[in-house]
Amino acid sequence: MLLKSLNIPRAEFESATGWALKPEGACKNDICIPIPHANADIVHIPDLAAAMNLPLAAEPEANLWALGPDSIGGRALSGAKAPELTLPDRDGKAFSLSSLLGKKVLIYAWAPY
Amino acid sequence: MWQALRNEYKDQNFELITVGLDSLGIEGCGAFIDAAKPEHPSLIDQHHVLAELFGVINIPSSIWIDEQGMIVRPAEPAPAPAHLREDKSNTPNIAMPAEVPQRVIDMMTEAAKFPESKGEYHDALRDWVEKGADSAFAMNAEKVVARSRPRNLQSALGHAHFELASQLEIDGNHPLAVKHFRAAHELVPDSWTFRRQAWSLEQVGEGPISRFWQGPNPANPEDWPYTGDWLEDVKRAGAENYNEQWQP
Repeated sequence: MLLKSLNIPRAEFESATGWALKPEGACKNDICIPIPHANADIVHIPDLAAAMNLPLAAEPEANLWALGPDSIGGRALSGAKAPELTLPDRDGKAFSLSSLLGKKVLIYAWAPY
Repeated sequence: MWQALRNEYKDQNFELITVGLDSLGIEGCGAFIDAAKPEHPSLIDQHHVLAELFGVINIPSSIWIDEQGMIVRPAEPAPAPAHLREDKSNTPNIAMPAEVPQRVIDMMTEAAKFPESKGEYHDALRDWVEKGADSAFAMNAEKVVARSRPRNLQSALGHAHFELASQLEIDGNHPLAVKHFRAAHELVPDSWTFRRQAWSLEQVGEGPISRFWQGPNPANPEDWPYTGDWLEDVKRAGAENYNEQWQP
């Protein structure tokens, strides 16, 4: 998740990372990580990153940060439920994987280089 | 050619999503998408979120997801179907210069050694499309997680650096982007896409092959900002190991 500020609205964090901040902690699927002040409206990313063991990379010259993914269980996937994936098409129109619920889906990754 | 495969299965409650991984976005992917004329969702992933979300480390790769939105096969090599492999009708013409540089010949020679699946992948895909959860190739949740790429705090940090790098590249700050691409390469050494993406942005020469050079410019090799390059890394790994062997 890219950040231009280290203090962001809770909802922004939740929609970008898929983690829901509840009174009991940060929760995704069946996992809840206890964190202090989980229901604050504004989250301070360095504190949250430390509590959740999420990596935070910084580029001070551009005033830009990136919060990396969790590594729960030591794998890229912590569960088999497909995460939401929303990306633009050729015309910039956003498409969400969840719109294909009910069908089998094959996601095919390619690159032009 | 995946369009043809999609048409084969589209009446069996199946959909294909193709995702182009490229920091250059439309500029990089547009000509290929136009040539393929996809009837399925064809998306552009400038930040390689497929790497972060699903553990994609190389292309071509695929992820299979069932009707309930459960991953039944995590990211794995997805070879082109054998009977369609030679079909170039849906790819843009890439004009080769009259005299192909030796480096490009060497790269093509190595690429020809990349292992190709002997059709098992496509047999498995057909089986899953027909049988769904009863297919022996649809994995349960435990196996899906166990088969996904290893990740620790270090490699997760590498993904964060890659995201910074791609954003800095998009913002036109190439020197800072290079710094974070380098960090990503060091922290996620098994990702070919992280390396190839960065190498492809060091364009050498003009024209369509400039992105495929992916190595030092012979005119000033000392300016190459990365520790490896396409030819060096492929040779070191062994071209036969470029794609991991597909396993049922």
